[in-house]
Amino acid sequence: MVIKVEALNLGYEDRAVLTGLNFQVNRGEFVGILGPNGSGKSTLLQAISGLLPPQQGRIIVKSEAVGALPSRLRAQILAVVPQSTDVRFPFSCLEIVLMGRYPRRRRLGTLTDTDLVAALQSMRRTTTAHLKERSITEVSGGECQRVVIARALAQDPEILLLDEATSSLDVRKKLEIFAILQYLNETRGLTVLCAMHDLNLAALYCRRLMFIKDGRIAVDGPTAEVFTPEILSRVYETPMEVVRHPGHQRPYAVMLPLSPETREAEAAAEAREAAQS
Amino acid sequence: MKINSLPMKDLDRGADLAAARSRYQAGARRFAMALIILSLVLVGSVVLATGIGRMDIGWGAIAAVVLGKLGLYTGSLDRTTDVVVWGIRLSRVVLSGLVGASLATAGVIFQGLLLNPLADPFTIGVSTGAAFGVALLVTLGVGGSFLGLSPLPLGALVGALGAMMAVLVLSREAGRIRKETLILAGIVVSTFLSALISLVKSLDEESLSAIVFWIMGSFSGRGWIHVGFLIPYMIFGLALAFMYHRELDILALGEEQSHHLGVAVSAVRLKLLLAASLLTAGAVSVSGVIGFVGLVVPHLVRVLAGPSHGRLLALSALAGALILIWADVLSRILLASGQELPVGVVTALLGGPFFFYLLKSRRSRGMW
Repeated sequence: MVIKVEALNLGYEDRAVLTGLNFQVNRGEFVGILGPNGSGKSTLLQAISGLLPPQQGRIIVKSEAVGALPSRLRAQILAVVPQSTDVRFPFSCLEIVLMGRYPRRRRLGTLTDTDLVAALQSMRRTTTAHLKERSITEVSGGECQRVVIARALAQDPEILLLDEATSSLDVRKKLEIFAILQYLNETRGLTVLCAMHDLNLAALYCRRLMFIKDGRIAVDGPTAEVFTPEILSRVYETPMEVVRHPGHQRPYAVMLPLSPETREAEAAAEAREAAQS
Repeated sequence: MKINSLPMKDLDRGADLAAARSRYQAGARRFAMALIILSLVLVGSVVLATGIGRMDIGWGAIAAVVLGKLGLYTGSLDRTTDVVVWGIRLSRVVLSGLVGASLATAGVIFQGLLLNPLADPFTIGVSTGAAFGVALLVTLGVGGSFLGLSPLPLGALVGALGAMMAVLVLSREAGRIRKETLILAGIVVSTFLSALISLVKSLDEESLSAIVFWIMGSFSGRGWIHVGFLIPYMIFGLALAFMYHRELDILALGEEQSHHLGVAVSAVRLKLLLAASLLTAGAVSVSGVIGFVGLVVPHLVRVLAGPSHGRLLALSALAGALILIWADVLSRILLASGQELPVGVVTALLGGPFFFYLLKSRRSRGMW
């Protein structure tokens, strides 16, 4: 068990976002966090990363409450890739990736070979090695995002949190990043939690899916069991079908257009519910 | 489903590492070269600036005085020459250099910390806050020195911290410091405190020149005793800044990323703000408000040495010293009548257009 969430309420000032969350994540799991816009996926990741203190309940990372972990130790365990990154100072991409070594470097210590190897390796893995000397302010959005992913890998974390980290990347780059995550997950036991919108990408790589809706965890289970048309249609309020790919046998979702009939069916269902209550 | 073209295997430590290492060392060598060149130019400038003045003193006499003070020359010296060279000129050149170094490094810290390329002790009102603190103490009759230390820089520190708090509160919206409002708040606080300084000084029936001294900055009539006031603040401020230069790099990426990378954001930010305030307070307590040094120098150095704050701090200290030494020389000799200009007038004349250029070019590139 590396993450344990108990009776957790999250929110900002007077606005509650998530209530009554209980779950745990074991070492080496690959978890996709899914749900409609504004359901609180980012909020949950922010809380696990220690940025947003819980309103109630606890988040335990390894054996301690995440808020009580010393900053550097926390960053040795947890790395975070945000949705997008805005850097204003013209650091080179290698300098940015080396910042990922901060929690593992001694104050005023010189740059060791271990640090440099970790940085170079993670740049190669994210296909950003050719950007080493380029300024982060001059590379494209997608390149910048991959550099930030490289920086997170250079932290050599046990847990990686990704918040829509690959949304801005093209198909090939998305698959490359997830292939790396899968590799590190399988060979090093890296625990991965990613909030995402791309259902089929989630179905392809995540072994466990957590659906968040209306401030609660709606469904949580192995991908094979929960990636069903009923659950997807319910969570996203959209008619969907799930098909198995004839080659790799993984499921993928197909959305159906919102026809007038679906609207009528929805209205009828709502009316029935209203009548029952 | 395996994709073989992906570099999954561990990096071979040989070639790539050696290449990166050598590039890293080339960077370090360039930095060392810049450091040495700037230091040499600085020493040369101190000598040259000491030679410039109304009284014509030969280089031989200057060398004799300086060597005499260092105990390397034992010949007899003219008393007047000794006082002018050592007591008046050299002390003033050294003081202007130290103030320039303090203001430039304070500018580096403020720009990195507040993520704002226009931040500097002057533009965000911290200098004026410090000047108000000192002016108030002077008016209340608190002064003198104790073991070479004066209470005046302490007043400056309190004033600087107070002004900074006011500016941060003013520019804060929904828990975040808005970049656009920061400079605006700085100008508001600075203008208000300038008016207060003028008021306090006028009530005290002091001459206009005392007001001008605090608001426009000057090294007129300053000597070794002021160097003594400044030095502890400068050393402590610089040491603190260098201790946390790596955190400063990361903080320049913003609060959230710094948190994720393991920086204890609030604590480190507080220490760095204290460092910048110490540097500003020390400088202002001996020279009044000198604008734009902390704005221009970091930008020039960043172009030459990149954004990494360890190097930026070291080179900015040297470049800041260099610029203010020559600005002060200009302020001494610019007017044909032999009167002095406040040095702040010179730095503003040079820095104003630069500020304008920065405002236009950053806007057009959408940097802020």
